[in-house]
Amino acid sequence: MTLLRTIPVALSALTRNKLRSLLTVLGIVIGVGAVIAMVSIGEGAKARVAKTFENIGTNMLVLRSGSSSRGGVRGGAGSRQSITWDDLEAVRRVAAVKYAAPVQSSSAQAQSEDQNWQTSVQGTSPELFEIRNWPAKSGRVLTDVDVANKAKVAVLGTTVVENLFGAGADPIGQTVRINRVPFVVVGVASSKGTSGFGGDNDDVVFVPITTFNAKIQGGLGRYIRGSIYIGATSPDATKAAQSGIEQVLRQRHRIKAGQDDDFRVRDLADLASAQQQSAETITSLLLGVALVSLVVGGIGIMNIMLVSVTERTREIGLRMAIGATPRNVLTQFLVEAVALSVIGGLLGVACGMGVASYLAGQFGFEFVMRADITVIAVIFSALVGVVFGLYPARKAALLDPIQALRYE
Amino acid sequence: MTTLIKATDLMKVYTMGDSQVRALDGVSVEIGSGEFVAIMGASGSGKSTLMNVLGCLDRPTAGSYALASHEVSRLNRKMLASVRNKLIGFVFQSFNLLPRTTAVDNVSLPLLYAGVYGREAERRAVAALETVGLGKRLDHKPSELSGGQQQRVAIARALITEPRLILADEPTGNLDSRTTLEIMALFQSLGARGITIVFVTHEPEIAQFASRLIVMRDGKVIADKKQTPAVADPDADAHAAAPLKLVASAGGAA
Repeated sequence: MTLLRTIPVALSALTRNKLRSLLTVLGIVIGVGAVIAMVSIGEGAKARVAKTFENIGTNMLVLRSGSSSRGGVRGGAGSRQSITWDDLEAVRRVAAVKYAAPVQSSSAQAQSEDQNWQTSVQGTSPELFEIRNWPAKSGRVLTDVDVANKAKVAVLGTTVVENLFGAGADPIGQTVRINRVPFVVVGVASSKGTSGFGGDNDDVVFVPITTFNAKIQGGLGRYIRGSIYIGATSPDATKAAQSGIEQVLRQRHRIKAGQDDDFRVRDLADLASAQQQSAETITSLLLGVALVSLVVGGIGIMNIMLVSVTERTREIGLRMAIGATPRNVLTQFLVEAVALSVIGGLLGVACGMGVASYLAGQFGFEFVMRADITVIAVIFSALVGVVFGLYPARKAALLDPIQALRYE
Repeated sequence: MTTLIKATDLMKVYTMGDSQVRALDGVSVEIGSGEFVAIMGASGSGKSTLMNVLGCLDRPTAGSYALASHEVSRLNRKMLASVRNKLIGFVFQSFNLLPRTTAVDNVSLPLLYAGVYGREAERRAVAALETVGLGKRLDHKPSELSGGQQQRVAIARALITEPRLILADEPTGNLDSRTTLEIMALFQSLGARGITIVFVTHEPEIAQFASRLIVMRDGKVIADKKQTPAVADPDADAHAAAPLKLVASAGGAA
């Protein structure tokens, strides 16, 4: 008798007790379902983190002034102005740095003909749109000519367009007043959605840095009161760019060895990988719990197979009498156990996918399926069937046919 | 008549604590092809042990047993299973049919272990069921059949591998007298076709249908004689299915 021929025999034995079979596999269903759901949600979370940082820019560094420390009172980052416009030029010359764009921002009231809206006005240079990978949806972004001419032009984020001109309106060529200064709208930035920290990336108005200094901040200071966004030449070059900038600025600021920097360079990729790591840790913890429930499911299968062997002692005796070898009987019960666990595994995959896609919808994750994990989960549940089915199957195979036939 | 069973000095000793029980104490018996043999004896006489040894379900402690010229008393479990599958068909007092399984599937069960599957297995199962007069009950489950019909399904199952020997342990123990006659008539017709049948019973009126009677007591054969079988005719006082009538007269002629 071949293994293949045993499968229909096993299935028909299992369908003789449908409810019991179903309850038996429940442990496996929950275990595999949990594995599939956890992995899918974990992957979804990772994908979201990755996407968030992709929006910000993966090869991006942010340079800010350091904290002040006077008389024991330490201010926060940027509390001590230390980065000058000359520093910006020096940073631009660092080898691994491709772009460097100053960003100074101020909260300001923007007005159209008939609406007004408080938003973040950011003075910057054209490089920022390259660094943050942020093209214009219509019109254009800022240019070097705008900066050089202190042009009163503005690029609006989509949220600002909606609030000032209405959804879907094309504001190009219209005038927006910021702090009563009229700016001509030259472009609308494409939508970046939420920042991943709850903020709205699109609630912003970009103006040339020179215009910002002259008209909104009120005069060019010695220091840059804001941040410098830096684009490395490639995602791999961020570390080199970071150390290069630190070296140049320490030199320029005459910071001796052992003294703290008066500036801070942050690599957003670090933040991204930290978040991804925490997502992975949680996923692997939950995976461990799910594996435990798979083992518990296996014990359930063993229990019911032992009951089944006892119940069907006479059937086993009969099968032996009409020619089943001990190996035939062993195979039959082993296949039954594996069939139970594999059916459980497949049901678990279905349930896990259902739960994962529901939760993905609830949390706003992307629904991600890992084919390899799915296959491993099903193989693992088959393995659980073999391991926990072996003892009952052996017990059946070692029965004495005479006693088995007489069993009441 | 060729010899099918040749058992010589069979011993079977069970050890229970300190005492030894000799279930078989030097049994020698020779049975030819086509014989219809009844084994009688009180409980504890060793008749069931003899059946188990003859059926290759158990091995004797000592002695030799040749079935169809094959020495089988020292075979291992796997080889005994193969011998049972190919040479022997079993009929039990309690039928031992698989519940919730159709007659055809029950009957074809031994073929699973003989390597015969699918359409061929089904064809043979249908033929076997027709032989026992159940050609119209192919898809009935045991719970939908009477006791006599269930036993006939069991006999069809015993026949399907075309064995040389059918062993029946109290085959009519759970049946009423009329059905008992039907089963005995069926056995007699199978005997007429050259199949050897050995059955155990404790009722003399059942044993009279056999052509040979072996009586056992305390693990020994105390009587072994040929006899003219009584004709099992369930129609003696009532009407019954036509095939059975034919069967009965054929058995009577043998």
